[in-house]
Amino acid sequence: MSEKKFLKNESVIPFIEGLAGGRKVLVPVCEGDAVIYRPYRKDCRLELTRMPTISPKDATFPRTETLMTFKQAPVAKTEGDGEGDSDAQPKLELTETLPEEKVVVFGSRPCGARGKSIFTRVYETEDVKDPYFIGRRDNTLFVSIACAAPETTCFCTSVGGGPADTTGSDVILIPVDGGYVAEAVTEHGAELLQSDLLTSGADKAGEAEAVIQKSMELLGDADDFSIAREKLIELFDNDEFWFDMSAKCISCGTCTYLCPTCYCFNITDETAGKSGKRIRTWDTCMSNMFTMEASGHNPRTSKANRLKNRVGHKFSYYPSLHDKVIACCGCGRCIKSCPAAVDIREIVKSAQEYEDVNE
Amino acid sequence: MSMNNPYLPEMATINEVIEETHNIKTFRVTLNDTEKMKNFTFEPGQVGQLSVFGVGESTFVINSPPTRMDYLQFSVMRTGEVTTKLHSLEAGDQIGVRAPLGKCFPYEDMKGKDIIFVGGGIGMAPLRTLLLYMLDNRKDYGNISLLYGARSPNDMAYSYELDEWFSRKDLDTTLTIDVEFPDWKHRVGLIPNVLLEMNPSPENCVAVTCGPPIMIKFTLQALKKLGFEDNQIVTTLEKRMKCGVGICGRCNIGGSYVCKDGPAYTYEQLKQLPNEL
Repeated sequence: MSEKKFLKNESVIPFIEGLAGGRKVLVPVCEGDAVIYRPYRKDCRLELTRMPTISPKDATFPRTETLMTFKQAPVAKTEGDGEGDSDAQPKLELTETLPEEKVVVFGSRPCGARGKSIFTRVYETEDVKDPYFIGRRDNTLFVSIACAAPETTCFCTSVGGGPADTTGSDVILIPVDGGYVAEAVTEHGAELLQSDLLTSGADKAGEAEAVIQKSMELLGDADDFSIAREKLIELFDNDEFWFDMSAKCISCGTCTYLCPTCYCFNITDETAGKSGKRIRTWDTCMSNMFTMEASGHNPRTSKANRLKNRVGHKFSYYPSLHDKVIACCGCGRCIKSCPAAVDIREIVKSAQEYEDVNE
Repeated sequence: MSMNNPYLPEMATINEVIEETHNIKTFRVTLNDTEKMKNFTFEPGQVGQLSVFGVGESTFVINSPPTRMDYLQFSVMRTGEVTTKLHSLEAGDQIGVRAPLGKCFPYEDMKGKDIIFVGGGIGMAPLRTLLLYMLDNRKDYGNISLLYGARSPNDMAYSYELDEWFSRKDLDTTLTIDVEFPDWKHRVGLIPNVLLEMNPSPENCVAVTCGPPIMIKFTLQALKKLGFEDNQIVTTLEKRMKCGVGICGRCNIGGSYVCKDGPAYTYEQLKQLPNEL
């Protein structure tokens, strides 16, 4: 990591305003009971202490984005192949709409920033490159605030993260007395820290370290979720287990929408007159419609099937395909905001500890 | 375009529409970009996403063989929104095509072997591409037989090709329908039962089957009864798909994405996946 700098509390607003030159700046603000990322405005209710209710994935994977537009173009007479005739059909013009906006997210948490790395393994492979996600990811900088006071729903250290994990961040800010110790993680991050608003933070290194140390203590011992890979497959046909685990679930999908790593989507067309667009929207595997086929057949008719897929994907299928990396960053949003108190940690633990009493 | 956009369809023209049955139409399509059409390659069993702009996309197997590249052929059963709209299109209409997607049948591994195709209804479409490919590379394969069944003669797609298939000495064709029908000169009976009566030897043979789930289920049982091993049975799966490239997350069976890791699977591969068809 680069040299430590110090951003005092009074300089936070000027620093954010300085970022706005040429970039859209998203910051966590209070809206009712929730903390939500919004474009920075002078009168916004900035909230940098509480964990944001939603994850910052909207910045790199918007809930709705246009993939392409299409319109019926007037028929242009062209040199035909000899078979063309005068009543040629109107041609459709198709235009891809790649993202170009430059964004900086100020005040993400390390878990939220880490979510992008789970996407990257799927959205940017040798075979397939998703230009929408890659474009946004490469145009978006993350200034993350390390967690000094983890919540009871936090479990980042059990899934490879930590309160000051820098994965996916360009700058990490560690809260100390009177401000933040700032460190650049990437070159882009170092550029952001060129600002005159920052002073040397070398003398606060010890204090920053103590903050993270205390946070680690509050988080307690990490759980080992590695055997879930096999255990969840073993339990695949155990309907009773999944019926029990999903009994409280109301299939609302809140868990998937708040999750920094849930990357499933739908593609639909919208038209107005002779033009239209093909859009991509967040989808949720908790919905009965997610896998419903046109014939009426549905491989996941029950909420037990669907919860099994969500947990299985994160803790078994994805890790098996991606170097054992768990597709969860332990932010706990799915636990904290679940209206039915479903706790993914408990499901994984139950699976790992499951013993068939009949065997 | 900064990089190859996997979501962006190629514009294509429908050259011909063939009315196969009361609910199946076949579309012969060429890409508008003649250079791309000329350089288009795929392998038997791979699929494509057809776009009707303003309605959406659906996945269909390319059922013409890669050995006959005058056009790409897709057969569409009218079922949902996209297929209903497709059925209203005519020659000259524009659609989008994203292809090829997915994995092909293991046709290289089948070389030198006897092949029995068992197709039911629209399930004949994916078999057609492989059957024609093999007939076009006839010396690479042993005896080839086809058992093709439908509810009634009126539900049988590719009926205009059947005479040619029957006339070929290097293809043993058997047709069946579920119940008696006036003037029907072929077999009557459910596909798995007819298959058992045909009693094909599993010796150095691969069975390729596709059809409605219930037909596949009983065909697999029949093939096992006949002594076929799991790795001698190949089938193709269907799932709801959107992206077609293994990202959007709805066609997975455990860690296998039917759109990119399938749709063709051996029964041996299928048995290793979680039970979620």
